[in-house]
Amino acid sequence: MDRAIRVLVAKAGLDGHDRGAKVVARALRDAGMEVIYTGLRQSPEMIAEAAVQEDVDAVGLSLLSGAHMTIFPEVLRLLREKGGDDILLTGGGCIGDEDMVELREQGVGELFGPGASTREIVDYIRDEVGRRRQLQENS
Amino acid sequence: MSDEQKTIGPLGHRPASDDPHVTVSGREIPLVAGPEDLKDHDHARDLGNPGEYPYTRGIHPDMYRGKPWTMRQFAGFGTAVQTNERYRFLLERGQTGLSVAFDLPTLMGRDSDDPWSLGEVGKCGVAISSLADMETLFDQIPLADVSTSMTINSPAAIIWAMYIVAAEKQGADIARLRGTLQNDILKEFMAQKEYIFPPEPSMKLVVDTIEFGTREMPKFNPISISGYHIREAGSTAVQELAFTLADGFAYVDAALAADLEVDEFAPRLSFFFNSHLDLFEEIAKFRAARRIWARHMRERYGAKNERSWLLRFHTQTAGCSLTAQQPLINIVRTAYEALAGVLGGTQSLHTNSMDEALALPSEEAVEVALRTQQILAHEIGVASTVDPLAGSYYVEKLTDDMEAGAEAYFARIEELGGVVPALEEGFFQREIADAAHWYQEALEREQRVVVGVNRYVDEGETQQIPILRIDKEIDANRRRELAELRTGRDQTAVDAALARVVRGARDGENLMPHFIDAVRTYATLGEIVEALKSVYGEYVEPIII
Repeated sequence: MDRAIRVLVAKAGLDGHDRGAKVVARALRDAGMEVIYTGLRQSPEMIAEAAVQEDVDAVGLSLLSGAHMTIFPEVLRLLREKGGDDILLTGGGCIGDEDMVELREQGVGELFGPGASTREIVDYIRDEVGRRRQLQENS
Repeated sequence: MSDEQKTIGPLGHRPASDDPHVTVSGREIPLVAGPEDLKDHDHARDLGNPGEYPYTRGIHPDMYRGKPWTMRQFAGFGTAVQTNERYRFLLERGQTGLSVAFDLPTLMGRDSDDPWSLGEVGKCGVAISSLADMETLFDQIPLADVSTSMTINSPAAIIWAMYIVAAEKQGADIARLRGTLQNDILKEFMAQKEYIFPPEPSMKLVVDTIEFGTREMPKFNPISISGYHIREAGSTAVQELAFTLADGFAYVDAALAADLEVDEFAPRLSFFFNSHLDLFEEIAKFRAARRIWARHMRERYGAKNERSWLLRFHTQTAGCSLTAQQPLINIVRTAYEALAGVLGGTQSLHTNSMDEALALPSEEAVEVALRTQQILAHEIGVASTVDPLAGSYYVEKLTDDMEAGAEAYFARIEELGGVVPALEEGFFQREIADAAHWYQEALEREQRVVVGVNRYVDEGETQQIPILRIDKEIDANRRRELAELRTGRDQTAVDAALARVVRGARDGENLMPHFIDAVRTYATLGEIVEALKSVYGEYVEPIII
């Protein structure tokens, strides 16, 4: 049997709005994933470090403060630096379409805005992690 | 329902009559309410007249005819210069009070050049790191005349000191300044999570401001006890009501413990509620809030001054009810929520802008939001008669139920040892997270309809409204400005003032005078907060999913 998908749900920077992160964390857990929630006020360094240490498949980063164009690229850079290239970086918050496109171009996964259903998020992580595991097995 | 409507959107096939009849908080809605619902209701005891105890019907006999609500749009972004321009724009268009939104670093007591501030400067409010920024923020705005509300909590006392000195420098008499400091730390621990210090010293800072305000600034509200953020974090209406009033009582207890007289400070305590989508439930919540507060202040705390019994409140429409999808329809949601605030007897109101699920509002969106209030005030007649829903079987029953639900929570909180012990063990956080989870599940199962999101979805929708963008250069510019500030000031005076803050904190003195002295030397917010951290330490919350 496939091992369960491990996800690090993270709140980065100074933002304390944790409703979304908690709702998503519960939904992922209910969907059978192993979920680690970082709690508030993590630096990009702390998040990338935890992701690699915990050997997660995906990081779900929640940001409602408008700092997404700074923090997502920084977490991505640090994940790569620490050898977590294979870890999916996804997330959500108040992020406009244009910014989502720009972040995807940099290598961030799908991002989810207000109104996204937890089902979409669960499906996306399951599919994307599955795809990445498949790629690794084949390589 | 027409055939055309039935075919809109992939989820739009169910007829509306199948919708479950529950409020946004999960409360079942009766088909019809009647006299049997008010068996235990006593008109004289539970309602009274407007402007009379227990104030269920409102705090003034003539309500909005005598005193229109203050139209107060929360605003702030980027630099003090940009926000100052927005304020003057709003005042020119008929806004009657200011409400300052600070950026996240400021809310967390960090300067714009702090490494933790990178990417956050000016994003969700205005960046204020020193008195110099505060002076710029209110340039050409006479603080003696314009009432000013400031949404700041952990570092509220320091920001208030900056505002006081800025007003003094304009030549204002500080005893005459009007406005409100949010300064409600308890709801930060519960919901919004912008705390810095542990609960005990945080409460001490709140008491310092209440004491200082009572003595020196009798027209200023030193605290706005807030349910807004509790609700946004996912609570139900009853939880919002109960937790907010429990916080209010905790502040009263703390001020009494500091030897203040209840009638000295209670008249300046003010409140702030959310107005969510369920029209009648919200109206009932506001009416119940007034009644509960009046009863507790008179019966439990023995307040004699009628003004101590009055629950005065600000209302903001529910940010969490806005959708990123079809943003124009948020104007309609906001209008209904604002109507609930007015029918509920609010003293001031903020109407959200249509684009706020996506970004800070654009100028156009803010203008529509303000005009929404002006329509309520002048066109539809609701401001001319007081508490028009009194006597409605449904609304009175809901009001009674709200009160009973809140009292049940007060009893549970007391069993846990009070508000601070309850939040240290995560009681409120768990209650709120459970409610948020329930709501999300209801959405996913389509037990709640959200137009444009899970029904009447506009396939292929793209974002069409202009988004306010914050200048990318702001971080670097602010770092340069602060470097200049730090080299241009009298560092000896700054160091001496910071040392007095540390000493004052250690000795348990009222810190307001020390903060005022410190900001006058252009000591920065971050420097003063660091000084306090050296005495108080920092809070880390229990992790609860």
